[in-house]
Amino acid sequence: MAGALIPLSKAVNGSKLVISGIEVQGVLRRRLLDLGFVVGNTVEVLRRSPLGDPTAFRLSNTTIALRREESELIYGTLIGGGNE
Amino acid sequence: MNPFTIAFAGNPNTGKSTLFNLLTGLRQHTGNWAGKTVITAEGEFTHKNHTYRAVDLPGTYSLYSNSADEEAARDYIIFEEPDVTLVVLDATSLERNLNLALQVLEITGRAVICINLIDEARRLGIGINVKAISKRLGVPVVAISARSKIGIDALLDQIERVATGAFTAQPLRISYSDEIEQGIAELIPMVEQAIGTRYPARWIALRLLDGDDSLITSLKAHMGRTNFSAAKEVVGHGVTACH
Ligand SMILES: Nc1nc2c(ncn2[C@@H]2O[C@H](COP(=O)(O)OP(=O)(O)O)[C@@H](O)[C@H]2O)c(=O)[nH]1
Ligand SMILES: [Mg+2]
Repeated sequence: MAGALIPLSKAVNGSKLVISGIEVQGVLRRRLLDLGFVVGNTVEVLRRSPLGDPTAFRLSNTTIALRREESELIYGTLIGGGNE
Repeated sequence: MNPFTIAFAGNPNTGKSTLFNLLTGLRQHTGNWAGKTVITAEGEFTHKNHTYRAVDLPGTYSLYSNSADEEAARDYIIFEEPDVTLVVLDATSLERNLNLALQVLEITGRAVICINLIDEARRLGIGINVKAISKRLGVPVVAISARSKIGIDALLDQIERVATGAFTAQPLRISYSDEIEQGIAELIPMVEQAIGTRYPARWIALRLLDGDDSLITSLKAHMGRTNFSAAKEVVGHGVTACH
């Protein structure tokens, strides 16, 4: 799976991705950029909550929870982890 | 002589209040300015021969996401024109914290960067090259610990240099894509015509390209009568100047 381009919402627990695109628009886009969701940054999927939403992500030394509506519009390239 | 005004900006939890309290001690009160509902602290301190009025801005990650806190911090830096904007960063999380520092430095070169929690960074084995960061940012950078009282005098010396004008710097100039730079070049004359050269025209042009309606609203309120229709026409391409 390494090298595959997927939305963060499809990445399994423990996987790491390099962000390659953000399709969220408007003020929320700005907010995500400010939180570190910028192209080239590495993000790790910490854990999905029991109901699958929201999911905790780790990036730039901070943990951030995103809802599916947001995470499915952020794309990244898998670089490891998650062994699936 | 009037005291110099020092605005304290920073992400939440960077030790801004700890530093503020250390410097101002009991000489502070809670303030409320410019009709905004955001309440924060104001106080005084002296260093060598100068008196300083310290203003603790709300802790924010950005000046661009248009929460009430971010608008208050942004408007204070632009319209109140503090003598120094002190940007307090968390040494253990510099990458995230530098986002706000860059935003402030694009507005003003009258700034000092204070890398706090240096004690914690050392404990974690994080090395920080203060000189290199200062060179890249173009303003004084000092590593401190507000809690362990490390580096405070050195910080105050740098604040003094910027406040008195012994050190001056232009706002940081980040190069954007050709398309955005072209938009900036087109907008700057209009911005200067509309609001004069007192405010940072390049930065305002960038915010217009980013479609920052909140800034336009604030500018209008502060200018009273300004007409931004010409500038709005040039924008309108939906270009996003995020970085
Ligand atoms: N280790 C360490 N902790 C600090 C330092 N400065 C502040 N803190 C702690 O960081 C936390 C947040 O500080 P505070 O001043 O409230 O941050 P603010 O949200 O930026 O105003 C508090 O627990 C402080 O005691 C420092 O230099 N070193
Ligand atoms: Mg505080």
